[in-house]
Amino acid sequence: MQGKADKYLLKERLPHIWCPGCGNGIVLSAMVRAFDKLGCDQDSTVIVSGIGCSSRAAGYLDFNTLHTTHGRALAFATGIKLARPELMIFVLMGDGDSTAIGGNHLIHAARRNIDLNIIIFNNHIYGMTGGQCSPMTPQEHLATTAPYRNFDRPFDIAGLVQAAGATYVARSTTYHAALLTKLIKAGAEHKGFSVIEAISACPVSHGRRNKLGGGYEMLMWQKENAVPVEKARTMTPEEIKGKFIIGELHKSEAPEFTDMYGQLIEKAQREHGGE
Amino acid sequence: MKGNEAIGEGAVRAGCRYFFGYPITPQSELTHYLAKRLPEVGRLYMQAESEVASINMVYGASGAGARVMTSSSGPGISLMQEGLSYLAGAQLPCVVVNMMRGGPGLGNIAPSQADYFQATKGGGHGDYHLIVLAPNSVQELVDIMKKAFDLADRYRNPVMVMADGIMAQMMEPVELDDQYQIEIQPKPWAATGKVDHEGKNLINSCYVIPEEMESLNFILRDKYSEINKNEQVCEEYQLDGADIVLVAFGTASRICRAVVEKARAQGIPVGMIRPISLWPFPADFIGTAANRVKCFLSVEMNMGQMVEDVRLSVCGKAPVYHYGRFGGMVPTVRDVLEEVKKIYSGGAGQ
Ligand SMILES: Cc1ncc(C[n+]2csc(CCOP(=O)(O)OP(=O)(O)O)c2C)c(N)n1
Repeated sequence: MQGKADKYLLKERLPHIWCPGCGNGIVLSAMVRAFDKLGCDQDSTVIVSGIGCSSRAAGYLDFNTLHTTHGRALAFATGIKLARPELMIFVLMGDGDSTAIGGNHLIHAARRNIDLNIIIFNNHIYGMTGGQCSPMTPQEHLATTAPYRNFDRPFDIAGLVQAAGATYVARSTTYHAALLTKLIKAGAEHKGFSVIEAISACPVSHGRRNKLGGGYEMLMWQKENAVPVEKARTMTPEEIKGKFIIGELHKSEAPEFTDMYGQLIEKAQREHGGE
Repeated sequence: MKGNEAIGEGAVRAGCRYFFGYPITPQSELTHYLAKRLPEVGRLYMQAESEVASINMVYGASGAGARVMTSSSGPGISLMQEGLSYLAGAQLPCVVVNMMRGGPGLGNIAPSQADYFQATKGGGHGDYHLIVLAPNSVQELVDIMKKAFDLADRYRNPVMVMADGIMAQMMEPVELDDQYQIEIQPKPWAATGKVDHEGKNLINSCYVIPEEMESLNFILRDKYSEINKNEQVCEEYQLDGADIVLVAFGTASRICRAVVEKARAQGIPVGMIRPISLWPFPADFIGTAANRVKCFLSVEMNMGQMVEDVRLSVCGKAPVYHYGRFGGMVPTVRDVLEEVKKIYSGGAGQ
């Protein structure tokens, strides 16, 4: 890790601001490992982040980064990609960031199949603002804005983006960090809109209030409830109930937006000519 | 009570039935309070998916005749501007709390008064005004909520209550009115089904024909001049014999009060005017005061916004200066006092 950390992390920014037991650091280290495996070049990679604890990860990475508005990192990333299609772009968002205020941008970016690599840090809660419900908070959980327990049904992020048109969709957890690294790498290698959902833990704002234990217990919860996608295929819906599937959930080929736009320009110039 | 909770309790006692909001510091505790409190009294709290959703849910509930509010800060209030313009255009009452924070952009969560222009000059598109109120104590936060809902209903206009993180976190004793039963005037214009009224109620701000749009604008203009005539509110402090008058609202006015006391103790005749309604701005009171004082110093937590309204009110009768700290910085008593002394020795003392 040392060499990779030297290359990709901004040491002077450390220690990070995350609370004890927070999973964000594990997602960050999985990213660094994936960057190393990809041979990511700082001169041709840009990181875009939304607003939230998770988005702080961008601040620790030694890349050019854009810190954007809450929920709309994908719109900014789309702007960069269209201006400089040759850049590799990673977009870091929280679960509230990407699915509440940013839900509309998420489905539209997926629909375009634009070549962006999304990592959603799903800690099931609004961490930064103090433990309010997110659209990923499980039913019956307590939150600062759900003192009588949450009755809202959570999203299935993977199902949502797949239905909207994402061509690479995967999920892992901070317990399954090696798998997470592998999926981040595979998502980046995939041409098109790729979404990696990283299930993470927020012991301070989510775990404590719901008596889920500390960082360790929450990691064990991930271990016990994650079902690898291969295994899930052999299980009945009854058996999977209450658990979640990890691994590569969807992969397909479809025309990518910047490629299509390149073709549109060629066509316009061919048919309507020159300057 | 804490400022954030005081607003919540004030709203409950003002008969607010619905709250739609989205988390943002430094007002999140207000939403936590209402998430617990509103269901206790049989009313509704809902966390929306964004501030854009919140303000439009407010439009919906208000259109259905209910007392309804939302709250946010900086970035969230900016997202609500489209909705506020529509609410004003459709003449719908509601209350919006803005716990201002340092900006522009994401800025920070520290106290600020940089949204004065946004609140008082429009913010959204089109010709409209919000009624804007700026309390400066926890007790006043409670009391002003009732007033805000009453004004909103009376004029069928959105009302904004402005404070900041210091006031949100501040603890002060408050006296609560036991009077829970609020008399709310009937709203025959609301979309509540056709039982209450004849014909079709249309809640709308779309007038394709410019003549019709202008007629609505005339109605709004008349309403705004009525509000301007009736609702200017300010508090004066030690104005008797004052040569220099500080003008400050909210947190800045608490600092200025101490400045006035210190300056007076040192023999400098300073007083203060504290606008409580920022729109309508207490122009009449300040304009009259301008006849008998030497100069004004507008003390704000911004680069100089309210100072423009002070100048318009003073209308050239006396010089008007500005002192500000910004970006989440709060002026200190010492710094404002220095500024006062500078002005005093520079001419206002002669
Ligand atoms: C327009 C706007 N609304 C609200 C906020 C306040 N805010 C900052 S982060 C955040 C949510 C954080 O939750 P999540 O996206 O799940 O990320 P986490 O902090 O848990 O990593 C909110 C509501 C904001 N910055 N901008």
